[in-house]
Amino acid sequence: MANQPAASVEYREAVKRYPGQDEPALAGLSLTVDAGDICVLVGPSGCGKTTAMRLVNRMIELSDGDVLIDGQSVRRRDPAELRRQIGYVIQQIGLFPHRTIAQNIATVPKLLGWDEARTKARVEELLDLVSLPQEMRDRYPGQLSGGQRQRVGVARALAADPPVMLMDEPFGAIDPINRERLQNEFLRLQRELRKTILFVTHDIDEALKMGDRIAVMQKGGHLAQYATPQELLMAPAGEFVEDFVGSDRALKRLALLRVRDVDLWQAPLVRPGRPTSEARAALAGSDVPHPLVVDEQGRPLGWMSERDLAGELVPERPGTTATPRIDQDDVLRDALSDLLQSETRYGPVLDAEGRVVGVLSVELVSEFLTSGDAVTLEAAEPVDVEL
Amino acid sequence: MGGAVGLVLAAVQIRDRSGEAATCISQNKICPGWILDNFGRYVDPLLEHVVLTVVAVTVGFAIAFGLGLLAYRRRWLIGPITGATGILYTLPSLAVFFLLLPITGRGFLTAVIALTAYTLQIIFRNVVAGLDNVPEEAKDSGRGMGLTDSQLLWQVELPLALPEIVAGVRIAATTTVGLATLAVYAGAGGLGSEIVAGSNITFRTGVVTAGGLAVLLALVFDVVLLLVQRALSPWKRVQTA
Amino acid sequence: MSAIALLGPFGDAIDFIIHPRDAVTGGVQVGGIGEVLAFTWAHVLLSGAAILVSCAIAVPIGLWLGHRGKGELLAVSISNIGRAVPSLALIAFFVAFIGVGFLNVTIALVLLGIPPILTNAYVGVRQVDREVVDAAEGMGLSTWQVIRTVELPLALPVIFGGIRTSAVNVVATATIAPLAGVLTLGDYILSANVYGDAGRIAGALLVALLAVIVELSFARFQRAVTPKALRKAQASGSG
Repeated sequence: MANQPAASVEYREAVKRYPGQDEPALAGLSLTVDAGDICVLVGPSGCGKTTAMRLVNRMIELSDGDVLIDGQSVRRRDPAELRRQIGYVIQQIGLFPHRTIAQNIATVPKLLGWDEARTKARVEELLDLVSLPQEMRDRYPGQLSGGQRQRVGVARALAADPPVMLMDEPFGAIDPINRERLQNEFLRLQRELRKTILFVTHDIDEALKMGDRIAVMQKGGHLAQYATPQELLMAPAGEFVEDFVGSDRALKRLALLRVRDVDLWQAPLVRPGRPTSEARAALAGSDVPHPLVVDEQGRPLGWMSERDLAGELVPERPGTTATPRIDQDDVLRDALSDLLQSETRYGPVLDAEGRVVGVLSVELVSEFLTSGDAVTLEAAEPVDVEL
Repeated sequence: MGGAVGLVLAAVQIRDRSGEAATCISQNKICPGWILDNFGRYVDPLLEHVVLTVVAVTVGFAIAFGLGLLAYRRRWLIGPITGATGILYTLPSLAVFFLLLPITGRGFLTAVIALTAYTLQIIFRNVVAGLDNVPEEAKDSGRGMGLTDSQLLWQVELPLALPEIVAGVRIAATTTVGLATLAVYAGAGGLGSEIVAGSNITFRTGVVTAGGLAVLLALVFDVVLLLVQRALSPWKRVQTA
Repeated sequence: MSAIALLGPFGDAIDFIIHPRDAVTGGVQVGGIGEVLAFTWAHVLLSGAAILVSCAIAVPIGLWLGHRGKGELLAVSISNIGRAVPSLALIAFFVAFIGVGFLNVTIALVLLGIPPILTNAYVGVRQVDREVVDAAEGMGLSTWQVIRTVELPLALPVIFGGIRTSAVNVVATATIAPLAGVLTLGDYILSANVYGDAGRIAGALLVALLAVIVELSFARFQRAVTPKALRKAQASGSG
């Protein structure tokens, strides 16, 4: 699917000055984003992060310095032609209200002159990729929810399989619950596609979760530190970065660890309609003292209560709901937060299709953190995980 | 059309039609019978009226649309163009007919020029406003994806501005129908000729018929253009957000 | 005389305005400043009376409907219908059914003038920030006090826009008042057989001039009643 290899992006002393202003918006930025990496530009408002991002596709023109994609200066390329090779996602998404979802996604392929068949196939592919049903093709943006529109925006940006993607607070306008989901899904996507992404956010937590490397920027367009999340947390360069990352640095390390890194507990899984004797038998020797009811696909329906266990058959609607549902690819910080907010001790952990792969609890998290595994994982470089 | 109108009116008042015309004029009541008999005389003025309106609105749209596109890119033009079209709008059509008299004489051309001038301001205003109301983020994302300025205008901005533009054309059309009744004074015919020619102005049935046809015509234009507006904006019909 | 002659028919028209001359049909003198002023005065009087009455009727109703928030369909439809009725047909209707005379024509012009004022009064009140109205009602102002002290002043610019539109329409329609026996500047145009071509063009010039003066004066008025803050926003916002 990812036919085009990702490109590297390099800033060389990039400067942006606006007439009539003393301070430049961007004061000589130099950094390199390796092909296939997510580089997060983060900082307070006015630090030049959005300006820096928009220099890459020439939505803002350089005053001085250069920006190179795969070694070639953007200045040498025709702006419109350049932009068709770069995916672009903005906060308000900006879908064309007068075009269907399919037509929106097909925008760049059409500009590049793809034929009908190829475009149609690509649209189908992309809808699957961003987990949207095929019926959405012929709907209009006005009929979609915010989260759905955001997915279409990502699909649209990926349509021509660009080697570079620019994302400006793409999840900023989404509510926190859906934002978490979209972030996780996007990270899964990125593991498959491995695009070079420049991601702008003002939220340090999002930066730590999403970024392979993070560029912390200061007001006036200065780069304070460019490092991996681990380095940022363990060795912040100077007072500004320290303050920006926050005094809860230790807790923030939970953002560097993912649920899939943890050796999950296993709960006995039972199907509705089965005799409860099976459930009781499965409890023996299990990590979790409650059976979890799942459907044919392995998706959780609920925990069995004491009353349920006393009955004849495993019920379809068990006594206790199976919340919180924890995504396998989520960071430990968010998973722990969900666990602490809910009343149950155990949270089922689900894979991309919503199937139960294990159970997480607060106890398990703290066990994991104090074990040797966590420390090793923190120090390691992020690895490509095979799907 | 005459048949339908006749059926409706005949249902209202059925009477012996002999000697109808004479009594109708002398008693000066509204007589549907007379309308039925004499409907033929309204056909030509009606057609003239339609042609006047269609030509004036079409030419007016062409000019105002072009001006609108021009002013959209060079914003400083908006003020002067609004002022100029505004003056044309203020000048009473009747006056314009006769100011044009020495230049274009009596007839169709004079009437059309005056009527066209009247439509310019409203259409121009709506073209500019429609384009201004295009959501900023659609333009930003469009440019960011690699649409050139011209592609952005024709593929994104104009389609989204279309509803408002057509609304302007609708208003222009209905007003033009009304003004075209005065075209008789420019020697261009139209339904007005059935209102004022000779002593017709005191003839009640005649006035009601001619006036009624004008109002009907305006409504027809309005509805037809409304349907066009709807047809051109399918995404608005299903909006849930 | 030579400079005026260069302007051709327009020159002749200007001459008509200044110097009386023999009527085309002969017998009487027509034209000249005196007659022009008399006709102009009749035109202004008729238009003025109609506009005043239109305002007196349309503004309160529009304000009331706007305040209540009801009758949006009515307010908008009245404008659409008003646009669709030709002024000539309206005058002719009155002449045919009610007769000639100053009163009749005035009533016809009043009907013509109401729609834009009514619609604009309605819209003007609707676009007043609801929170301001809420606050006023919360402070204990009665309905009419709210309308008078809060909604009306804030809606004034829009209402004046409607009055301006009406005024121009009424002045333009008063041109055909001679059909109903009231001699305004329109007589020069409608009775060209008496006044001649020069008279016709003179009439057109005068009516056009009058309309432009009315429009500009009302535009001035409208700016004057627009609160300074809104004026600044308008200047920078809309082109």
